[in-house]
Amino acid sequence: MKLYEYLAKDVFARNGLPVPKGRVARTPEEAEAIAREIGEVAIKSQVLAGARGKAGGIAFAATPVEAREAAARLLGTEIRGFRVEQVLVEEKLKIERELYLGITVDKAAKEPLVIASNQGGMNIEDVPERQIIKRRIDIRLGLYPYVGREVARRLELAGEIARQVADTLTRLYRVFRNYDAELVEINPLVISGERVIAADARLNVDDDALYRHRDLPLVEEGTELEKKIKALGLAYVELEGDIAVMANGAGITMATLDVLQRYGGRPANFLDAGGGAGVEPTAQAIEVLLMKKPKAMLINIFGGITRCDDVARAVVQVKTMRGIPVPLVIRLVGTNEVEGLEILRENGLAA
Amino acid sequence: MAIVIDEKTKVVVQGITGNQGSFHTRQMLEYGTRVVAGVSPGKAGQVVHGVPVYDTVSEAAAKHGVNASIIFVPAPFVKDAAFEAMDNGIKVLVLIPEHIPVHDAMEIMAQARERNVTVIGPNTFGIISPGKSKMGIMPNTNYVPGPVGIAARSGTLSYEVAAGLTVAGLGQSTVIGLGGDRVVGLTFMDVLKRFEQDPDTKAIVLVGEIGGTAEEEAAEYIKGMSKPVVAYLAGKSAPPGKRMGHAGAIIERGKGTFESKVTALKAGGAAVAEVPWEVAQLVKQLEDKGWKAEG
Repeated sequence: MKLYEYLAKDVFARNGLPVPKGRVARTPEEAEAIAREIGEVAIKSQVLAGARGKAGGIAFAATPVEAREAAARLLGTEIRGFRVEQVLVEEKLKIERELYLGITVDKAAKEPLVIASNQGGMNIEDVPERQIIKRRIDIRLGLYPYVGREVARRLELAGEIARQVADTLTRLYRVFRNYDAELVEINPLVISGERVIAADARLNVDDDALYRHRDLPLVEEGTELEKKIKALGLAYVELEGDIAVMANGAGITMATLDVLQRYGGRPANFLDAGGGAGVEPTAQAIEVLLMKKPKAMLINIFGGITRCDDVARAVVQVKTMRGIPVPLVIRLVGTNEVEGLEILRENGLAA
Repeated sequence: MAIVIDEKTKVVVQGITGNQGSFHTRQMLEYGTRVVAGVSPGKAGQVVHGVPVYDTVSEAAAKHGVNASIIFVPAPFVKDAAFEAMDNGIKVLVLIPEHIPVHDAMEIMAQARERNVTVIGPNTFGIISPGKSKMGIMPNTNYVPGPVGIAARSGTLSYEVAAGLTVAGLGQSTVIGLGGDRVVGLTFMDVLKRFEQDPDTKAIVLVGEIGGTAEEEAAEYIKGMSKPVVAYLAGKSAPPGKRMGHAGAIIERGKGTFESKVTALKAGGAAVAEVPWEVAQLVKQLEDKGWKAEG
């Protein structure tokens, strides 16, 4: 789950990380009121998309009236397909230098990875490799201040700024661990006089760990249909085509789409009915697929933990309750295959 | 021979009284796996399909001398269960559940590295050495003993590939599911190293998918191998930035694409199948040529 910048900054601030003064506004009047408290402000669209600046999602205002006007301009617009419903109004920073600090999961090394650079402010993907510092963290030790000092030295920082950057990294790691983050990122970390400050903040929390972070607000992504199916506990992605596909297991579902496409078909979706989904969720999944009005439907099940008889019952249930008005192709093999095929046969279907 | 598990492996099932744990204990027993004990906190004294249940791994290990554990407990409790198994000297862990927090997975892998424990998964169908033993949830009827080793990131897709081999008369030495998560224990490279040393394995099949860099790393290793490798990869048609079910199966920041993996594997000397059913044909050709690696 990606958190909006203002929510991430909230978490950062609570963990002692330096963030600019500011608050979120939902109306131009709120923006004006916040600017009156702060003075000169930056007004930043709160959307879950990168490079907002380039897309025109950030404005600056010297007076409260300008802040109101800028907020009025930004609110309601769309940035990279996301509607702006909130803006963050915060103090405008005097920027001397911009650094990058991030911590993510190094999948190959199976450890946390610190990424830092002198070249902050731009997309880290565009920074030349030789200007990027990487430091793996032994998760059993954690990130102690000495790692912060190492990184600050490699960033060629000294004195008070080096001390603050080291401290920021130590605290950032604490957020990474305490919030089960897949990514924490400060880009840019601004050097302004004698202080460093997180001008932007990213906090992506592992969806599988949300159960132990009930304090965080839920931020949902995806289309309405995607959200609805996610609520059923199924993995679903909308695609462009017209053949609805349900398979069980991410790999076989991907392979099914690949094969369909190879022979000229256009899949309407990715739907992994998952390991061991019972009759009810499977039936609901089929119903949801029919809502998109596909021209045909393909069900490809190789049962391991999923039982073929459950899938057959689900198909029959949907067929009797509401009908399946499109051509349906079913393949059913694996655990309880014989029982599954028998159920289909009894109901005038074959696989 | 086989790798990781064989007929001597003595298995404890953690989470044996749950729905999946109990169902698959029966399946494993029917396959011939030596399931000697089960663990479910608070359920000591029960018997599941003839297998005695204990509250702790410590008791189960003391009474039965187990050397491998398969874990079916709900995702939030997997870290505790895995630590418990490792702390009691168990050296092979199979983590079936999905949705294990990635930080928990990192902690489990760090402990496993320290204690020299082999971890398979999480989010895996497990491991089977056909005719000898299985620790997992794969169908019992899909495999026959033989010379092909399989390593896969995806469960059902590997069933598909194994079924194709079985039908073509090509049996398997060991089939391993690496797991679909971001952070998993055994990787393609680890498994290739073990298959390379296993005298009964003549060829290896990799079933990969988009996302991550495990296939690319394996490709480097394949260059130096004496045994031939066939690969199939899923996700050619997947759009970037969309997570295709598996936590690991996502093209992020232009990395882990289908093309980069196919290119790397071919450069490493692997034959790459275009569709799942082509794998058996390619392996058959290798058999006809006396199992020689190309290049």
